[in-house]
Amino acid sequence: MTHLVMQRLSVEALLAEVQGPERGGTCAFLGTVRTDDDVTGIEYSAYDDMALAEITRILDEAQERWPDARVTMRHRLGLIPVGEASIAIAAAAPHRDEAFAACRYVIEEVKKRLPIWKKELRGDGSEQWVEAHDHR
Amino acid sequence: MGKVSVRFFARYAELAGCSSSAVNVQTPATVADVISRVREVFPGTQALPPRPLAAVNQRQVKLDATVNEGDEVALLPPLSGG
Repeated sequence: MTHLVMQRLSVEALLAEVQGPERGGTCAFLGTVRTDDDVTGIEYSAYDDMALAEITRILDEAQERWPDARVTMRHRLGLIPVGEASIAIAAAAPHRDEAFAACRYVIEEVKKRLPIWKKELRGDGSEQWVEAHDHR
Repeated sequence: MGKVSVRFFARYAELAGCSSSAVNVQTPATVADVISRVREVFPGTQALPPRPLAAVNQRQVKLDATVNEGDEVALLPPLSGG
């Protein structure tokens, strides 16, 4: 199961991976491409091998911190139009606190650590690499 | 001298004019040594910041980290995943 994909993300598929009868709280997070300054889409590219290794490390850390939780994620790469998701994270745990915490942990570490870059494409045909601004 | 593979991503690949290559440096070297060599070999990378983010063998490291022959050094623009 690879965590980097080129296709549309399916929340249902992620939920199915983490949910279980002993886990009563499930939290899903989606990051979607936002329309900003005439942006029509974002082209995502990655240092694939490192991104995959880093995702494994982040998920392992979440598992260590919240041993009863199950967490997984997908990051989509390639051209993603406005309104579609670039990242999906699902966490399920016996209770909601752990599910929210594990989900939050993964998105925050992803933002800090994944070697992934975006290039904004605008309606006028121009393109612009995005150089991190830390909005939350 | 040892051969070190170098990788460039996103805007840095555009500046370097390629996404992967190799440079020869006196090994063991530091990441900073490799970057100095890269700036000579790929003139476009002189526009890189003085202290770019870097990874050695797929782990982010500081610029004084050691680089051995055969290692893969990647220069990373500011990360913007998610």
